[in-house]
Amino acid sequence: MSDNGLSTDAEVASPAFVDKKNVDGEHSATSIRAALINRPRSELYAFWRDFNNLPAFTENVRAVEVVDATRSRWTIAAPGGGDVDLESEITEDRPDEYIAWRSTEGSDIDHEGWIEFRDNAFGRGTEVRVFISYDPPAGALGKVVAKVMQREPRIQARRELRRFKQLMETGEVSTSRVPDAAPRAARHF
Amino acid sequence: MRALTWHGKHNVQVDTVPDPQIVNPRDAIIKITATAICGSDLHLYDSMIPGMSNGDILGHEFMGVVEEVGPANTTLKRGDRVVVPFVIACGKCFFCDHKMPAACDNSNPAEKADASEIAYGYAMTGAFGYSHLTGGYAGGQAEYARVPYSDYGPIKIPDGIEDERVLFLSDIFPTGWMAAENAQIKPGDTVAIWGCGPVGLFAIKSAILMGAGRVIAIDHHPRRLELARQNGAEVLNYHEVKVREALMEMTAGIGPDSCIDAVGMEAHGFSPDNMVDAIKQETKILGTDRPHVLRETIMAVRKGGTVSVPGVYGGFADKWPIGAFMEKGLTLKTGQTHVQNYLPDLLQLILDGKIDTTDLISHRLPLEQAAEGYKNFKEKQNEWTKVVLLPH
Repeated sequence: MSDNGLSTDAEVASPAFVDKKNVDGEHSATSIRAALINRPRSELYAFWRDFNNLPAFTENVRAVEVVDATRSRWTIAAPGGGDVDLESEITEDRPDEYIAWRSTEGSDIDHEGWIEFRDNAFGRGTEVRVFISYDPPAGALGKVVAKVMQREPRIQARRELRRFKQLMETGEVSTSRVPDAAPRAARHF
Repeated sequence: MRALTWHGKHNVQVDTVPDPQIVNPRDAIIKITATAICGSDLHLYDSMIPGMSNGDILGHEFMGVVEEVGPANTTLKRGDRVVVPFVIACGKCFFCDHKMPAACDNSNPAEKADASEIAYGYAMTGAFGYSHLTGGYAGGQAEYARVPYSDYGPIKIPDGIEDERVLFLSDIFPTGWMAAENAQIKPGDTVAIWGCGPVGLFAIKSAILMGAGRVIAIDHHPRRLELARQNGAEVLNYHEVKVREALMEMTAGIGPDSCIDAVGMEAHGFSPDNMVDAIKQETKILGTDRPHVLRETIMAVRKGGTVSVPGVYGGFADKWPIGAFMEKGLTLKTGQTHVQNYLPDLLQLILDGKIDTTDLISHRLPLEQAAEGYKNFKEKQNEWTKVVLLPH
């Protein structure tokens, strides 16, 4: 799907540019974010497609239990504290290209997301785009709480994509957490 | 362990802090044998760089002995002597692949990268002990440091060469070298260098090694000018002469082929533009940087010349002479130093005895006296030209 002749040699249509509905989402809080990752497309797809790997680079998805080929149960740190449970179902899966998922009925929160992998046309690795959308548990107030707690989807999407890129490119997630990774003194004046 | 920590403007002290740990597979823990106070640390001391937090460990020029390595590190082993680059770079991303480690995409932790992405449009690369904008990493003015991606950055040092001769590979030698490289010097060129601090001195040494015909160094501290002269530069004291007029006179009206701003955001001097900038900078709103030297380099360099800026700037500069820059057809090159690129060649220059890397050291202090080192390096710049701290 590349009328402009510039976009890709992977023959993958990007929902980010083709269909606005896909990036508006059905829910009140949405975000899309792109990153260029210096690894092969198939490797990135395979790592993400195994949802057991999500907690290795996400801050909020604390645990994942894979139920069957398309369904998995996620334990998510809620914006105001505590955990919420979500059952995720894969709605579209094109190997090495695209994965879309959404929450099923009975989940504590409504959520949908997709990730797309395209070869960069100029040999610079893989272009990865992630979309996430959800209704925060407590509506508008929940959204404010989420922002304050830095669990708002735009903040989440950019940080999780940065961590995914770090893990895929370097084999680890960069950290300066106190005190073991970065010791510091007590505050005093 | 003991470490030099920051607690606010002109308030640093040596505290007891937790020891760093291996947390990632490519980490190493270094037992620090020598570390230095950098001129850029004075921007932190003066509270000119945002994103500092009370209790942060400072220091980005350090070397030592490998104490422990993570499981994925196959290049270092316990007991190796290493110098650690101040830039933290992964060695795997697009930028590291293209020899731009100071633009590494991965070394700034995800939750720290937001601030500089907002301030500069892109997240900054990680660095040791230089605010949370560059990742919130603990610095090396300490007994130990955790070094991420330690299989990529640190360079091994052979036995039998003193720490002092190689310590400055961590920052100021490659920074002065890259400043001279960015000045695009051709044999016989005239290069004018503002600032005879450690980076300016290394830029002088490097420019001469690169074949500059003439190096003219500018400062106002007699001791620093003397060091510049001993390294082969002609010198100008800006308290005694009008710099641009002197440069025009010395070059018969054509101007220097290249100018290097080794001063940055906290220029001294009583020129009208700099006094107005200093007032604005105090407000933190009207202006953040004092770009007096940057203005002067652009005005002084010859038509079609090159301006190289190793001096640190952090925010916004007012009254930038864009007209002169465009109409004269200048090239401006700058950036944090791609330290990793230069280390093997610069270590060889030291081992071959082609460069003296120790003449600028004026004081050697135990780590416990680091606060005294900061105060004097700030207040007695004429005599305190470079401070080396010894943690063990």
